[in-house]
Amino acid sequence: MEALTLSLVKAVPALGAAPLWAVSLLLMVASGVVVLVFALTFEGVGSLVLRKVAGDIQARIGPNRVGPNGILQFLADGVKLVLKEDIVPAKADALLFKLAPYLVFVGSFAAFVVVPFGVGLSAADLNIGIYYVMAVTSLVVIGVLLAGWASNNKWALLGGMRAAAQIVSYEIPVGMALIPAVLIAGSLSLQDIVRSQGGLFGLFGWNLFHNPFTFFSFFLYFTAAQAETNQTPFDLPEAESELVSGYNVEYSGIRFGLFFLAEFGDMFIVAALATACFLGGWNVPFIRAEALPGIWGSLLSLGVFLGKAFAMVLVMMWVRWTLPRLRVDQLMRMSWKYLVPLTFVNLLGVSLWLLVFDGKGIPELIASLAG
Amino acid sequence: MTARPEALPTQEMTINMGPQHPSTHGVLRVILTTDGEVVTRAVPDIGYLHRALPDIGYLHRALEKIGERVTYAQFMPFTDRLDYLAAMNCNCAWAWAVEKLAKIEVPERAEFLRVIVCELNRISSHLIAFGSYTADMGAFTPFLYAIRERERVNDLFEMICGNRLTYNYARIGGVSGDAPPGFLEKTKEFLDYFEPKIDEYNNLISYNKIFVHRLANVAVVPAAEAVAYGLTGPNLRGSGVSFDLRKDEPYSVYPKFDFKVCVGTGERGTLGDCFDRYMVRINEMRESVKIVRQALAMIPEGPVLAKVPRVFKPPVGEVYVRTECPRGETGIYAISDGSTNAFRLKIRTGSFVTMNIFEKITKGLMIADIVAVIGSFDIILPEIDR
Repeated sequence: MEALTLSLVKAVPALGAAPLWAVSLLLMVASGVVVLVFALTFEGVGSLVLRKVAGDIQARIGPNRVGPNGILQFLADGVKLVLKEDIVPAKADALLFKLAPYLVFVGSFAAFVVVPFGVGLSAADLNIGIYYVMAVTSLVVIGVLLAGWASNNKWALLGGMRAAAQIVSYEIPVGMALIPAVLIAGSLSLQDIVRSQGGLFGLFGWNLFHNPFTFFSFFLYFTAAQAETNQTPFDLPEAESELVSGYNVEYSGIRFGLFFLAEFGDMFIVAALATACFLGGWNVPFIRAEALPGIWGSLLSLGVFLGKAFAMVLVMMWVRWTLPRLRVDQLMRMSWKYLVPLTFVNLLGVSLWLLVFDGKGIPELIASLAG
Repeated sequence: MTARPEALPTQEMTINMGPQHPSTHGVLRVILTTDGEVVTRAVPDIGYLHRALPDIGYLHRALEKIGERVTYAQFMPFTDRLDYLAAMNCNCAWAWAVEKLAKIEVPERAEFLRVIVCELNRISSHLIAFGSYTADMGAFTPFLYAIRERERVNDLFEMICGNRLTYNYARIGGVSGDAPPGFLEKTKEFLDYFEPKIDEYNNLISYNKIFVHRLANVAVVPAAEAVAYGLTGPNLRGSGVSFDLRKDEPYSVYPKFDFKVCVGTGERGTLGDCFDRYMVRINEMRESVKIVRQALAMIPEGPVLAKVPRVFKPPVGEVYVRTECPRGETGIYAISDGSTNAFRLKIRTGSFVTMNIFEKITKGLMIADIVAVIGSFDIILPEIDR
């Protein structure tokens, strides 16, 4: 941060008069705004894409009226959500009821801060990046639980309870499945993890292909993360056909909108973590983006990162429109009886691999054999 | 699931599932008593005096009473609303009953047309059963696929009788009109289009692991119990009982056709579970396709409506006619006192009888299973709350 501030002061001499902390603060606010704008745009467009994907999969059209091909539909939806009546049920716990959507949104949005969008492109390159993501996304569970409890509606309560049980359970396999990437990079910083996957092997430099255990890890992570973000087939907290709409059943207008936006935010975070930890992040096969002159390296890496992440988001949408929903006991069984033990075994496997082969991945081993 | 240590007493909760609930297939109200997610008791509140309770059903329209008040022919449009997803079958059931009561001879072509529309309606009804069931299980896509196919059946029905939901085609003594030019060819085209789709459904969802796990071994109805509780149609056959009125008490021109009675086999779990009931419907669609194909090939020329006066007086007597509707036996019991309208009318429907066993088999299941049970019985509320 300090280096960034100093370089900013150097680039814009007019800032030199201001104290350093003020410039730092300005930088923080600015990057926060940029990330917020990105998050909101993604979440809006995400809702549109979701419906387009649904349209394709379900042999129907999807939005096609507002703007060319319906691309302005999400703006219309946004306006509609803002203008709709804001209802707080008479017997709800008004304070908690109103607080809940903010917690959920903040929990989801705060994770965007450390997403390594490109070479040097993240709002904050925290040295505890992954740890931070795991921590702040946990806010979501408090928000959802509050929403379910404060609504004073039994369906909402069931939804809230399901959400609490589900998110808390699946956080363990999610975290455990991400640790192999941390072990390989030797750092919790997402930028470091991405950098560790560069090199000369192109696609095969990715953690996904580092060793058999990381390959498996990726799928464990993706399954568990689907559950942590309440995506189908794990959308039990909402479970429209069982719990009517679950924890958000009493919410209207923009309060509902915040839950909705957070859901898309979570989808992106999951995809971004998968990209950063397993799919090489912003690394472009055979090109060293860091070495490109000027802004090009950042732009190229940004495009590649977003491309990979959006592809993952599309996969999530595809799964969402294909699979039915698990039952709550099956969900718990899957986490505690299968995913948790498997991720632990996997972690052990990765550790042993790193120990035995001195941290080298399969491509490196093959290369050293050939060379 | 119900066993719990006494040291951890839990408070039971009463929840109304329905009448406004996306998965109660109409306006069913189920009063759930739950211990967390586990349902300790699920009482369907099907209204009217059927349970000797003073609350009137949400849908109740006193159809049977209306039937005693209007002439036999005038009651025909009310049967459309008996089961709005199988209006053709209900139409025909009424026609067959009155024709038997009044001893009216029906032209053979009319009977063939009736069988064709009844079987097409069975397909479209089972499509909704299949689609809404998958939607209940959280998979929305198959629902829209089912609707897509059903639209084509609706096109056919619109062609033949002008309606897309409350079809009103059967008449006492035949059908309202001959098949319009091109109808029979279009029906064949539909069958050719539709038959491969059944495999598509099976690939997409029927054997999906999650789907199977949600249905297999859930709410098992043993054969003896299914019979004892009076279950009929796919719900009875799902328990492995091979009983189909089209075969066992043949009516109309059904004996002319070669088809199989689909029964549950316990292929993915216990015989008589939700999956078996689901698969019976999927397989029955194939058999219906078979029947319609044969009917199209064998349909004779000739008139489609017997000469029946608009207002007629059947002789004094009574009749009970049972027909195989998509939701089980639809039986019409009518007593004639020799006047223009029935002296007494009682209608027996599949969904209503099915609700008898609901409370018994839902004990100890989870909330999500209740949805699975309602869907597997493929109930429709106008039949329950007539």
